[in-house]
Amino acid sequence: MDLDFSDEELEFQSEVQSFLHANLPKRLSDKVKARLRLTKQDHEEWHAILADRGWLATHWPPEWGGTGWSVAQRFIFDVECATAHAPEIIPFGLKMLGPVLIRYGTEEQKRHWLPRILDGTDWWCQGFSEPGAGSDLASLRCAAVREGDEYIVNGQKTWTTFGQHADVIFCLVRTDSSGKKQQGISFLLIDMKSPGVELRPIRLLDGEHEVNEIFFTDVRVPAANLVGEEDHGWTYAKYLLTLERTGIAGVGQAIAGFRALQEIVQDQRDGHQPLAQNPLFATRMARLEIDLENMKTTNLRALCAAGKGDGPVAESSMLKIRGTEIRQEITSLARRALGPYAQPFVSEALDEGFNNEPIGPGYAAPITADYLNNRKLSIYGGSNEIQREIIVKAILEL
Amino acid sequence: MDFSHPEDRQMLADTLGRYLADKYTFEDRARIAGSTQGWCREQWSSLAQLGIMGALFSEEAGGYCGGAFDIAVVFEQVGKTLAVEPLLGTLMAGHALEHAGNEHALIAEAIAGNAVLAFAFQEAASRYAPHLCDCAAKQAGEGWTITGAKAVTPQIEAADHIVVLARTASSPDAQGAAHSLFLVAADQAGVAINGYPMIDGGRGGELALNNANARLVGNRGDGLALAERAIAIGTLALSWEAIGVMDTIKVQTLEFLRTRTQFSVPIGKFQALQHRMATLALEIEQARSAAINAAAALEAERHTRERAVSAAKFTIGQVGTLVAEEAIQLHGGIGMTWELPLSHYAKRLLMIGHQLGDEDYHLERFMAFSAAETSVETQAGAPA
Ligand SMILES: Cc1cc2nc3c(=O)[nH]c(=O)nc-3n(C[C@H](O)[C@H](O)[C@H](O)COP(=O)(O)OP(=O)(O)OC[C@H]3O[C@@H](n4cnc5c(N)ncnc54)[C@H](O)[C@@H]3O)c2cc1C
Repeated sequence: MDLDFSDEELEFQSEVQSFLHANLPKRLSDKVKARLRLTKQDHEEWHAILADRGWLATHWPPEWGGTGWSVAQRFIFDVECATAHAPEIIPFGLKMLGPVLIRYGTEEQKRHWLPRILDGTDWWCQGFSEPGAGSDLASLRCAAVREGDEYIVNGQKTWTTFGQHADVIFCLVRTDSSGKKQQGISFLLIDMKSPGVELRPIRLLDGEHEVNEIFFTDVRVPAANLVGEEDHGWTYAKYLLTLERTGIAGVGQAIAGFRALQEIVQDQRDGHQPLAQNPLFATRMARLEIDLENMKTTNLRALCAAGKGDGPVAESSMLKIRGTEIRQEITSLARRALGPYAQPFVSEALDEGFNNEPIGPGYAAPITADYLNNRKLSIYGGSNEIQREIIVKAILEL
Repeated sequence: MDFSHPEDRQMLADTLGRYLADKYTFEDRARIAGSTQGWCREQWSSLAQLGIMGALFSEEAGGYCGGAFDIAVVFEQVGKTLAVEPLLGTLMAGHALEHAGNEHALIAEAIAGNAVLAFAFQEAASRYAPHLCDCAAKQAGEGWTITGAKAVTPQIEAADHIVVLARTASSPDAQGAAHSLFLVAADQAGVAINGYPMIDGGRGGELALNNANARLVGNRGDGLALAERAIAIGTLALSWEAIGVMDTIKVQTLEFLRTRTQFSVPIGKFQALQHRMATLALEIEQARSAAINAAAALEAERHTRERAVSAAKFTIGQVGTLVAEEAIQLHGGIGMTWELPLSHYAKRLLMIGHQLGDEDYHLERFMAFSAAETSVETQAGAPA
C-alpha cells in the first residue's frame, strides 16, 4: 500500500500549479473565489485557455485531443484547479457527450463533433429529464419518428441546465414504445436553433435562471445525428450517467470549499474568540474534515480500482452520495458561520463590478444562495435515493 | 391537564387564519415580500382592525390578551402564510416597553396600527449575544444620545420607533449592569438605516446611530434583563412561526408523495421515503412540544423560562433545518423552484434558524443555565 504520489506525479502537480499561476486570469479566479455569477463568456474564456494548453478534455484519449491522463493526474489537476479558484469545466460536452461519442459514435460523428467541443464552437446541454421522467428516466416519452433520413421529434425536456447558452442538446428520445421501457430509447443530437425548439426559463429557489424547459414541436433532425444504434440509447445513457455521477462527487470542489470555509470560520467572531474555537462549531468542522479526508481516499481507491477505466457503476454511486453530502455540509456550515448575516440578500452583489458597501463581511453575499442552490447536488445526476438503490442492487445484491 | 386552547384564543387563531387565507394569499405574499417596501401598510392596518396587535399585549398595556399562548397562535398563523409584516419587532419592542412600565401611549399606537416598532440589539460583531453590545449612550441634559451600529434588524425601515440596547457604563457596575434600553424615534437626523432584501422575503437593515436622541426605557442598568425578556418573547414567537411553517411543509410534502408517480407508483409507496416522512412527522411533534414548553414557562422565574426558551429554539433550529432540507429533497427537482410555494416555506424555516440565536447558540446557552443550576453561585454563574 502506498498512498503517496510518485515523483512524476509530484512533478506533474507543480507543472499544473505553475500553469495555473501563469494562465488563470485573476479576473476569473477572483470571481470564482467570491462566488460571483459567471457568464457564458467567462466559461468560454477559461475553456479556451485550457484548450490552448491541450488540457481541456481530461477524459479523452490523446488521439481525439484529450490528455490521456492517469487517474492520479486527473485527480491532481481537479484539485489544483479548484483550489486555485478556476471556473469549473462545463461538463456536458467534455465529460458527458465526448466520452459517449468516443466509445459509441461513428468516425464521422467523432470527426465532426469532438473538435467543435474543444474549440468552443458548440455549447452542449443535456436533455434527459422530462416532467414525468425524473428518477424513472426510462419512462421518458419525448418521441422521435423516423421519416426518410430525418427524425421528427415531439415532446418536452425539463431541468435543462444552461439550455439558454446551448447551441446543441443531446437527448434521449423514444423511438419504440412496444417493449420494455428501457428498450426503444435512442440517443439523438439536436440543433437548438432548429425550427420547433422552444426554451422557457425556470427560476430556482435562489432566484437564478440556471435551468429550462425545452419543448419540441415537429423538430426535424438529420438521422446522421443518431448516436449508436436506434433503440439502444439506454446503454449509452447509463455509461454517461456513471461519468456524470463521478463528476458531481466533486472532490476537488470539496477540498477548495473546505479551505474557503476554514477562512470564514477563522474570521467570524464568537465573543472574543474566532468562531473556529467555539467548541460546538469546532466539532462540526472536525466531523466534516474527517469525512472529507476519508472521502478523498475512497475516491482514489475507487478510481484506482477502475484503473484507466471510468469508474464502476456502484462505486460511482457511493462517491456521488458522500461527495454531495460533504459539499452540501460545507455550504451549510458557511451559512451557519455567518450568523445573522445569512439573511440579507442583495442579488446585484453577485455581479462583477458591484461596488456598494457589502452588508456584513465581504464574503457573505453569495453564501446562503449558494447553500440553497447546492441542494440540487443530492437531487440531480440521479438522486441520492436512486444511488442507494443502485448500491443495494449492484453491490449488496439485496 | 389540557392541551387545547380556550374558546376565545381559538377564535383569535381562526379569525387570523381566515383573514390571511383570504386576503394574504401566496400571490399577495410574493408581491409584498419582494416589493421595495418589503411589507404592506394596508395589510398592517387590517391586522390592527382585526385586533391582532391587541392580542399580543396585556390589558394593562392597552391590549386584550398578551399571554404566551396568544402570541403562539398568532405567530403560528404567520408561519402558515409566510406573512412578512413587522409583527416580530412590534411584539419585542412593545413587550420591552410594557415590561419597563413606561411608554404605554406608544404601545397603544402600535396596537391601533398607527406605529410600527423595531427591536435592535444585535451588532456586527455580537452574533446573537445581547451582552456583546458596544453601542454607547451618553447623558445629554434631560435625555440621552446614542452612537453606534446595530446589525440585521428585520423590517427596521418600516419602524417609526426603535427600541435600542446600548451601553451606559464602560464596564459592569456592582450589579453586573452596563447596559440600558432606549427608545429612538426613527425620523431624526442621527438615525440612518441601510435597508436590504432578506433572502426569505421582506426586508431588514443595518442601523447607524450618530448622537441620536433617545429616551431611557425602564431603569438605567436594566437593559440586559429587559432585552433578555424581549428576546425570550421574540424567540417564542419565532418558534411558533416555525411550527406553522413546518405544518404547512408537511401537508405539502405529503400531498406530493401521494400524487407524484415514478416507476408507475406514487413515490409515497417507497419505504425509503415513507420512513423519512415518518421521521419528519415525529420531529415536528417534538418541536411543537418544545414550543409548548417554552410558552408554558414564559411567566416562570428567569432560570426556568430561559432554559425552556433555549430548549425550544435549539429544537426548532435543528428540526427546522432537517424539515426544510428533507422536504426539498423529497420533492426532487420541483422542490428547487421559485414557482413552488414549498421552496419559500423552506427558506423561511432555515432563516428562522438565523434569528435570535441558532441551534448551537441555544444549546450552549441551555448548557450554561444547567451548569449554573448546579453551581452554588447561581446568579453569578447564569449566563449574561
Ligand atoms: C438544478 C438542477 C439541474 C438539473 N439539470 C439537468 C440537466 O441538465 N439535464 C437533465 O436531463 N436533467 C437535469 N436535472 C434533472 C434531475 O436529474 C432530476 O431532477 C432528478 O433525476 C430527479 O427527478 P425528479 O426531479 O423528477 O424527481 P422525482 O423522480 O419525482 O423524485 C422525487 C423524490 O422521490 C425520490 N424517489 C424517486 N424514486 C424513488 C425510488 N424508487 N426509491 C426511493 N426514492 C425515490 C427521489 O429521490 C426524490 O427524493 C436537473 C435537476 C436540477 C434540480
